[in-house]
Amino acid sequence: MQQLTNAPLYTEYHPRWYRPHVSVYWWLGQWRYLKFILRELSSVFVAAVIVMTLFQLRALRNGPEAYAHFQQRMQSPVIIAFAVISLFFVVFHSITWFNLTPRAMPVRLRGKRIPEWMVAAPNYALWAIVSFIISWLVLGGRG
Amino acid sequence: MADTIILEIARYSPERDREPTFKSYEVPVHKDWVILDALNHVKDKVDGSLTYRWSCRMGICGSCGIMVNGEPKLGCATFLSSYAGTGNKVRVEALRYFPVVRDLVTELSDFLAKLKKVKPWLIPDNEPPLSEGEFLQTPEQLENYKQFAMCINCTLCYAACPVVGLDSTFVGPAAIALAQRYNKDSRDGGTQERTAVLAHPEGIWGCTFVGECTRVCPKHVDPAGAIQQYKVEAVLQWARTLILPWGQKKSQKTREEAGSAAAD
Repeated sequence: MQQLTNAPLYTEYHPRWYRPHVSVYWWLGQWRYLKFILRELSSVFVAAVIVMTLFQLRALRNGPEAYAHFQQRMQSPVIIAFAVISLFFVVFHSITWFNLTPRAMPVRLRGKRIPEWMVAAPNYALWAIVSFIISWLVLGGRG
Repeated sequence: MADTIILEIARYSPERDREPTFKSYEVPVHKDWVILDALNHVKDKVDGSLTYRWSCRMGICGSCGIMVNGEPKLGCATFLSSYAGTGNKVRVEALRYFPVVRDLVTELSDFLAKLKKVKPWLIPDNEPPLSEGEFLQTPEQLENYKQFAMCINCTLCYAACPVVGLDSTFVGPAAIALAQRYNKDSRDGGTQERTAVLAHPEGIWGCTFVGECTRVCPKHVDPAGAIQQYKVEAVLQWARTLILPWGQKKSQKTREEAGSAAAD
């Protein structure tokens, strides 16, 4: 009786169980997992855009000459290609995260959970408004 | 006679094999047959040694979880006919990331140990005496946790979660969703105890929000949502203890008092 109660119910190590190995490329097989990896990777480009913006602000502070120099450097084909890729990833990053907000924020109204799109929509609206204001400030100033 | 389809089933015998191998079985496709019916057909008519778990055959018991063409599914809730057009082959394997005991049977002791760790039961705070009658809940209070209470422990979410595969210490989606089920219950007061276990890199912070657990869940539990909401609450709880350290001590004291009063 004593032995029965002391016997382990399970053993952590069992030589006869087949333990599947997870490949390093587990994310390549299915689009859903690849999309997740791309979403994670997009953070690198978001960070890169922030760093570029900081450099731009520094150039702006250092006067018109420094800013002209910065703009000239930005015209190199490598930087333009990088900017296009970054734009794709920043948009991808924003869309995937905005679509995930309803998961993290279950908003209830009169005891009932409101539809998911109603939680995601304000993010898009705010994004559009801020983008409009910034482009108006930047392009409007030139015109 | 109905049309037929080829079931490619991963077979693994711990006495004979080093790793699973696929064996093909031709099974009839009836309109109302699910994958589990096809497995039962193989076991009854073709090869009695085929081993798999099943019980209720109606999406309640959560024992017939398998990989169907690389997707975690309940065998009893996946119609065979929906695969009839796709190359006429269906690949059936044991749930991903779990050790395989035999054929389609996975080893669950690790999952059960993790489940126990999050204390998925009511830990009442200031429990009223029995003479006060039932603990009533409003429909809104029920609604707060009902979704997370639908979990049937089928472990499909574990098979969908790459973090589970890559980090064996991660508590996993279902266990965290079940912890949230009790945290959100108006009768429960064990949130702090559970958060002590779960606000950890092996708990909620291990989750990278792939979101696949929610997609594959046959009971629409939304474990990914539960984990993200838990993250928000854990941060708020941490911020509260930072701003009001005495608040936490006070609530702990009231609990201890309630505990000694109950013992008396």
